[in-house]
Amino acid sequence: MSAQPPANYPSIVQYQVMWNRLISVVEEQAQALVRTAFSTSVREAGDLSAGVYDQDGNMLAQAVTGTPGHVNAMADAVAHFIRRIGRENFAEGDIYITNDPWEGTGHLHDITIVTPSFYDEVFVGFFGCTAHIVDIGGRGFGADANSVYEEGLYIPIMKFADRGVVDKTLVRIIRGNVREPDQLVGDVYALATCNEIGHRRLIEMMQEFGLADLTGIADFILSNSRSATLERINALTPGTAHGEMRSDGYSHPVDLKVRLSIEKNRMVCDFEGTSGLDKKGINCPLVYTKAYACYALKCAVAPDIPNNAASLAPFEVMAPENTIVNALHPAPVALRHVIGHMVPDAVYAALDQLLPNMVPAEGAGCLCNFQVSLRPRTGAPAPLHARRAEVLTFNSGGSGARPTLDGMNATAFPSGVMTMPVEATEQVGPVIIWRKELRPDSGGAGRHRGGLGQYMEVGAQEGHEFDIQAMFDRVNHPANGRQGGDIGGATTIGLDDGTVMRGKGKQFVPHGRRVMMAFPGGAGYGPVAERSRAEILRDLAGGYISPQAAAQAYGLDSDTIDDTLKRARNGEVF
Amino acid sequence: MQDKSIRLGVDIGGTFTDVVLEHGKELFSTKVLTTYTAPENAIIDGMHRVCQQSGIDPARISQIIHGTTLATNALIERRGAKTALITTEGFRDVIEMRTESRFEQYDLNLTLPPPLLPRNFRYTIDERMQADGQVLKPLHRADIETLIDEINAAGFESVAVGLLHSYVNDAHERLVAEVLAERMPQAMVSLSSQVSPQMREYERFNTTIANAYIKPLMKSYLGRLKGQLADEGADCPIFLMHSGGGIISLENAAEFPVRLVESGPAGGAVFAAHIAARHGLDKVLSFDMGGTTAKICLIKNQAPKTARVFEVARTYRFKKGSGMPISIPVIDMVEIGAGGGSLAHVDSMRQIRVGPESAGSEPGPACYGRGGARPAVTDADLVLGRLDPANFAGGTIPLDAAASRLALQTQLGDPLDMDAETSAFGLAEVVDENMANAARVHAVENGEDLSEYTMIAFGGAAPLHAGRLCEKLGIARMLVPAGAGVGSAIGFLRAPFSFEANRSQFMRLSDFDAPAITMLLNELKVEATAFVRSCDAQAEIQAQYKVYMRYSGQGWEIPVQLTATQAKTPDLATFQALFEQEYAALFGRVVEAMDVEITVWSVNATTPTQSVTPVDAVASLPLMTTKTQRALFDPATAAVAQASEVLRSDMTPGACIAGPAVITEDETTIIVPTSRRAIALADGCIDISDKGADL
Repeated sequence: MSAQPPANYPSIVQYQVMWNRLISVVEEQAQALVRTAFSTSVREAGDLSAGVYDQDGNMLAQAVTGTPGHVNAMADAVAHFIRRIGRENFAEGDIYITNDPWEGTGHLHDITIVTPSFYDEVFVGFFGCTAHIVDIGGRGFGADANSVYEEGLYIPIMKFADRGVVDKTLVRIIRGNVREPDQLVGDVYALATCNEIGHRRLIEMMQEFGLADLTGIADFILSNSRSATLERINALTPGTAHGEMRSDGYSHPVDLKVRLSIEKNRMVCDFEGTSGLDKKGINCPLVYTKAYACYALKCAVAPDIPNNAASLAPFEVMAPENTIVNALHPAPVALRHVIGHMVPDAVYAALDQLLPNMVPAEGAGCLCNFQVSLRPRTGAPAPLHARRAEVLTFNSGGSGARPTLDGMNATAFPSGVMTMPVEATEQVGPVIIWRKELRPDSGGAGRHRGGLGQYMEVGAQEGHEFDIQAMFDRVNHPANGRQGGDIGGATTIGLDDGTVMRGKGKQFVPHGRRVMMAFPGGAGYGPVAERSRAEILRDLAGGYISPQAAAQAYGLDSDTIDDTLKRARNGEVF
Repeated sequence: MQDKSIRLGVDIGGTFTDVVLEHGKELFSTKVLTTYTAPENAIIDGMHRVCQQSGIDPARISQIIHGTTLATNALIERRGAKTALITTEGFRDVIEMRTESRFEQYDLNLTLPPPLLPRNFRYTIDERMQADGQVLKPLHRADIETLIDEINAAGFESVAVGLLHSYVNDAHERLVAEVLAERMPQAMVSLSSQVSPQMREYERFNTTIANAYIKPLMKSYLGRLKGQLADEGADCPIFLMHSGGGIISLENAAEFPVRLVESGPAGGAVFAAHIAARHGLDKVLSFDMGGTTAKICLIKNQAPKTARVFEVARTYRFKKGSGMPISIPVIDMVEIGAGGGSLAHVDSMRQIRVGPESAGSEPGPACYGRGGARPAVTDADLVLGRLDPANFAGGTIPLDAAASRLALQTQLGDPLDMDAETSAFGLAEVVDENMANAARVHAVENGEDLSEYTMIAFGGAAPLHAGRLCEKLGIARMLVPAGAGVGSAIGFLRAPFSFEANRSQFMRLSDFDAPAITMLLNELKVEATAFVRSCDAQAEIQAQYKVYMRYSGQGWEIPVQLTATQAKTPDLATFQALFEQEYAALFGRVVEAMDVEITVWSVNATTPTQSVTPVDAVASLPLMTTKTQRALFDPATAAVAQASEVLRSDMTPGACIAGPAVITEDETTIIVPTSRRAIALADGCIDISDKGADL
């Protein structure tokens, strides 16, 4: 072996090791939260995030969790904490808290906890994490509020613990304002513990590598990430394009309009021209819009570069004040995901013109979530065992077809959350999910077919009635295809006796009735005439498309259809 | 005449079939290339070889214990039988919809793994159980008959039955099985309430389908194997290693072949547990590193940690969620794509990345000289002085250090402006850090502090990297056992007869029902014991009780062990206290005022673990001096050092050597870092500990 390498080389190798370590540390931090949280959305659906920051509040690493909605919001949040608390007031043992929609992650239901890290009594950085909690008081989780004041308790940025001493007054105020105080306080402690785990790992790493502060490793991470991201952006042809998409909204249809430009060293999304605020709680603070716009661009341009302050900075997002994507206080914002989840489709409408054959067609967009509030029936005696229960479920429609692939069936995009098993949901309360299965013909036709949406039918056990809080979009505005692909299936919702229901808001379901829902499919990509025959036959054999659709949308003759169905019945593989 | 002291362990792996014959205290082993088309041929071949080595007639073998990757491979390669699913109306697509999420957030062209059965193989029937086991919609026999005639006409070999909430009430599944037996007697049947009676339909249905899918294949293989071994003179009972670390009868294995998935790695963990017992170690981290992957397992009190669910057949860089869930009792292991053949590259952030892509055996690492142009972990090991180019694999594969240097230089060094040696250092550090991170995360998830652990390292590449891993993890001591190359097969010989029965049933502690608990645990005990009894009519059978608990409202339950007394006379305060103790150990605190619930109940029936003879302490001999020295790069100090080189066979019990040192043997090389010293123990283990720990 040759002479010893020059002195700076091992430090490069060691920095690489440390970067890997920090990413592992935040994943560990997030994992601890998933396992201890009470909130369904955290434990089952991964609606949380965790990150580590240097002493200036630059995010160095972030866990990849179920939701991109926290991507930039988390990166920005710590700067607000520094400003509000003041550096001179940081002390070992402090824990900071907020659920400010504008300085946190977009609605009161997300609690963010930030903990300063000290090493040998010197302040070196922060750990931060956010989780969607069960309940924050107010009207409960839903779109029906007229302002943020009705949506629940507001906790400004403040100290939850001061030098290790928890603020008992704050805890009493929180407990007195929410429906599930034990769970909520449990979740706050879970968040604090999760930062504590991250902190311990960080200190071990600093000891192992003999670091006194994070300056060196922060420079290494940020400069490598910046140059890698800029390299990607600068490899693209500069240009500007406009994109738009329309969705149902609550009170009126919403137009998302975006002007996207690829420039030297940056990509800019400007939402000028987008609809104004809605009267109800689907408005989106800019932090959340930024998260999804940025996520959409990163997927297309720099998917493999980890999220941190430098890799996110070149993606700039702006919108005029009090458009629905830059809602200001006191607009109601509880269901800001309904708009936020549509942002990537709008961005892709523009990006498709600048980078052809890259982005998918429109998909279901926002998650198809609903909450049911069950209670003993009224109007006739309820059985003794009848009880009250709240059940929240997460479900997905189909994703849009891709330039070279079909869309994914019943799979979330852009959100990445998981659904809950029906058997687990039915253990939570007296709800019965009668059906949860793919919805044939809901994937838009095209060279590549959109992903299928799904059917769900929901009722209650004997002796119960319930309210359903619907949070659905794409009832009147199904997903649009790209490059000649067809639209996806629209959302439908109604009672099993034929009564039509609204896509959003709380609605009563009488004893014995079921809610019949069909969630939207993704749109197709490319002209249907270019779809391969083998794929059409496979879709028909599997019932992903009906014989009617095979004939009408895909032009199969009746003999081929009959023959295919017969072969499928005989157990042939397609 | 069969001799009780003679037993055969057989492990069919992806590349090699390992065969170990044990005669009293003596072990004879061989490696034969796996014969994919007829795996039994390699076994017969291997058996004759070890019989010849030992001079023992196959007829004298009293037991054959077998583990195999065949079940896993059939699932990965989709080589199963034509299988139909019968499920509840409205739930045809459970295995296709999975968790409705993407396992990789940033890939726009993500492809989800296809379900085991295409949609036209999935049939529904009108029926429904409620979550509490009441019949919500009765199942009509006439409907089943019509459906089964249709399935029969389509020529299915195997049928999986998975109905909603059947883990609480299996009446409808049993009725379907009854009609299947009448109208389609040739079909093999798997019921979800028998294969995996646990809540969560996706996991349960997928596990049941996997069982049905590989059943015809495994049944026929096991039948052939038994016949051929008998023809070759070995007409003794054959037992199968299962994923939970115990052994079951051939007949039970043929009925529930999904329990054989991951039986090879389970054998490795049992091997490590046995070494732990011999040395009286209560906290052990087993580290098994081969050509493509590394496996890490926690072994506490000489028992490997177990879990209820795991994932097989990952399709996307070993990423969580890209495979399929199998819910059966299993030894809990972390597997990552890091092995001797793992390939390195420089990514867009100018960072070195290693694995999971592997060079395999063709072309292999660049140093094999078979056309590999990209640097693998083995290339880095060679350039860092850890391997002797003339003596790799006992000299059978000459290594080309120049080829390694070239690959390292062009692929890593040039883009990063480093020389080949520094590139090798970087590559090795990255792969060691990946493994260390996986171990750290696994320890944290289990509330363990690795600095209290001893590592047991085996598998071809482990001893090269284990020393550095210990430094990174703050582990003071590690053992490298003898026979590490065939560790899994030896592990099979150490495994007890065992079977774990699980059941999902919810009970809040506020509704604590002691008689119901006693009855449920007893039912599970009877079920599990019957499986073990079928292997051994006389042996003492112990029952181990475990319940999975959580605060109501949480989604993650933690295992809580019960003693036999606690299980027989359940007591609310004890259950609460045991849960809080475990919870606090894992998460640092308990939650006041929250109700606690039990979700899953489990009884493991097992014969006692084999008694071990503790290893006698050895007096250390004076430090060995060696004639040969080798330049060895020491990552902790980032400097080259002159390392002593010694043959493992020259290290008699008590022999000591100080790091930096290289201990060579045919199968592998043990690296003793500068911070460590090594001593040979009485049973042939090399014990490597921190110099600081005993100075």
